[in-house]
Amino acid sequence: MSASAALSDPIETLHIALVGSPNSGKTTLFNALTGSRAKVGNYPGVTVERREGEVRDVAVPIRLLDLPGTYSLDPETPDEEVVREVLAGERANEPVPDALVVVIDGTTLARGLGLVAQVLQARRPTAIVVTMIDEVRARGGRLDLGKLSRILGVPVMGVVGHRGVGVADVRGLLERARRWATPAEPPPVDDHEARFAWVDRVAADVGGFSPARDKRTDRIDRVLLHPLGGIPIFAGVMVLLFQSIFSWAVPAMDWIDGAFGALGGLSRSVLPAGLLTDLWVDGVLAGVGSVLVFLPQIVIVFTLIHLLEDVGYMARAAFVVDRVMGWVGLQGRCFVALLSSYACAIPGIMAARAVASPRDRLATILIAPFMTCSARLPVYTLLIAAFVPAERVLGPLGLQGLVMLGLYLMGALTALGSAALLKSTLLRGKVATFYLELPPYRIPTARLLFTQVWRSSRSFIKRAGTLIVVASIILWALLSFPRIPVDASLSQGAQAQAQLQASAAARIGHALEPVIEPLGFDWKIGVGLLASLAAREVMVATLAQIYAVGDADNFEGLRHALANDRDPQTGERSFTLASALALLVFFVFALQCMSTVVVMARETGSWRWPALAFGYMLALAYGGSFVTYRLATAFL
Amino acid sequence: MSPETTAAQAAHRPPKGPACRSLSDLDPGVRARLCHHSEHPVPTRLRDLGFVPDTTLMVLRQAPLGDPLEVEIRGYRVCLRRADIAALCVVPVAQ
Ligand SMILES: [Zn+2]
Repeated sequence: MSASAALSDPIETLHIALVGSPNSGKTTLFNALTGSRAKVGNYPGVTVERREGEVRDVAVPIRLLDLPGTYSLDPETPDEEVVREVLAGERANEPVPDALVVVIDGTTLARGLGLVAQVLQARRPTAIVVTMIDEVRARGGRLDLGKLSRILGVPVMGVVGHRGVGVADVRGLLERARRWATPAEPPPVDDHEARFAWVDRVAADVGGFSPARDKRTDRIDRVLLHPLGGIPIFAGVMVLLFQSIFSWAVPAMDWIDGAFGALGGLSRSVLPAGLLTDLWVDGVLAGVGSVLVFLPQIVIVFTLIHLLEDVGYMARAAFVVDRVMGWVGLQGRCFVALLSSYACAIPGIMAARAVASPRDRLATILIAPFMTCSARLPVYTLLIAAFVPAERVLGPLGLQGLVMLGLYLMGALTALGSAALLKSTLLRGKVATFYLELPPYRIPTARLLFTQVWRSSRSFIKRAGTLIVVASIILWALLSFPRIPVDASLSQGAQAQAQLQASAAARIGHALEPVIEPLGFDWKIGVGLLASLAAREVMVATLAQIYAVGDADNFEGLRHALANDRDPQTGERSFTLASALALLVFFVFALQCMSTVVVMARETGSWRWPALAFGYMLALAYGGSFVTYRLATAFL
Repeated sequence: MSPETTAAQAAHRPPKGPACRSLSDLDPGVRARLCHHSEHPVPTRLRDLGFVPDTTLMVLRQAPLGDPLEVEIRGYRVCLRRADIAALCVVPVAQ
């Protein structure tokens, strides 16, 4: 449709912009109108997301611009400044919209009308879409949209964004955009008192104040935000989140692990023995399998985080911890970005866009990589399973789960400490006004949840299919070449060991040994650390390849191989609890993720900040591992 | 808001009454009215949210750690920090 319209171009494309506050249902409406096929980019010169899409199923070509969420046209944040500039036609290369659609939430009508008043001042063809009208009705409210339209002098339409009710009518409305009226007399805006006197009058006229409070939300909040109970409940939710990551995923992980082991065995029996088969089994299968085995954990992390967000608890969590965030100079909203970073630092860094103050936002971006992302999970899981005894300590809590929780806490506390350091040195300044809304509790639809989890997990699977495959093949080559002649007097295992010792990777690892020896790491870990600079989970893929030589095709085997690996010369364990703890600490601190570095550079608009973060985190990792190794050797 | 109107308003401000208190000291569940004594300038963000004189509001709850507060104003709710709303002056109104 769009292609043919572009070819013939009998009618000029309509440019329409959506204006609305965050949480107004603006983006839901945008997705419903464009079928979620948005072109996402950045406004040049600022790190504000620009989303534009073609409206589907309309008779005239319409390009819809989803402007960043804003409460007012007196900008306080970069996002709000962009909205003001676009509406005023002051943004270069951005056509002034032909028409504006203000999206307001029917349950918070009075605040939405404050923005409507400002937009009408622009004297452009304007229409109003009121969302959540089902919610207004459910609470016994009666909004007279026809009357609102007569008072404002512009078209007004209601939608139930979540179910797509009314979206077809909005399409019809958009088609007629050229004929929308411009209000004869815009409401007063210069003086806030006059503006809100107008808002109060209009809201009273159309019944906008009538909806009662959501009783169910009130009842739940009385429990979840209880003055005494609120903090234990918050802590309980967090503990449950982390315990579930470690225990619920096990059956699915065992299944994937077994499947890759079987696939490797099958390949060996079917394919002729030789280098190519080695590449396929030891390189590709072992590498990809060792990473994909963590997919269940990642799916669980994303599911729980999206579920908490959709249900409405995430905003409550921000409300509960805001004071703690305030101690380190941040705010509750940063917490949501940091919690997203538990899945992956990249969505976390992007979520920091919701933080109004630029300084707070930068601090959040810089500390996000300290949060325990899902890519660390493979390393943590493997090392904990191999070296921490599976004992029960506190009722249902196992020692392994507690160590895991400890690593998560360590990351979080370091993040907060670093934030305090940043906010008192490089990013010192006045704290911006904090505001947060607690949305009504909702039961999310399974479909929405599934879509979100799939979108988030997809990038992990994609990485396993691309970056990890390439890294695995390079590693395999480094581990397999140069070849040494076959010595008939050696057993197969000893021959493999000799080949490994002679490999290019071993030489690189040995060259690294003087640097990493104080941390208790041998050359094998050195190779893994070097490889994991690309992405943390490559560490596991590397170890899987190194130990695949000693016949460890799957997670169980790798765990055993790690725990029982001995130095061929001295016969000592090459890996002890102390060096395992030191390695865990290294992974808590180090910024081993190229994708994060790149996104950080994009979001901060310079390479200076990611370089600072990388150096700072590497120094912490080295120092932390050194201290851990020394202490653990002395006391354990 | 132009300087003249601000000055004019300041001149017409009634004196601070005995019931006046900071919004950050208002007990949860007590309905109150924003009066004209708020220290200037009230942050633009708060005025954009509708915190203008003669508006009635209520503190619904405080966070378990004591800060921020959830405030109901103009039929919607917003969470704000005590420090940000300390400058706002309110008078409790009879229920
Ligand atoms: Zn007063």
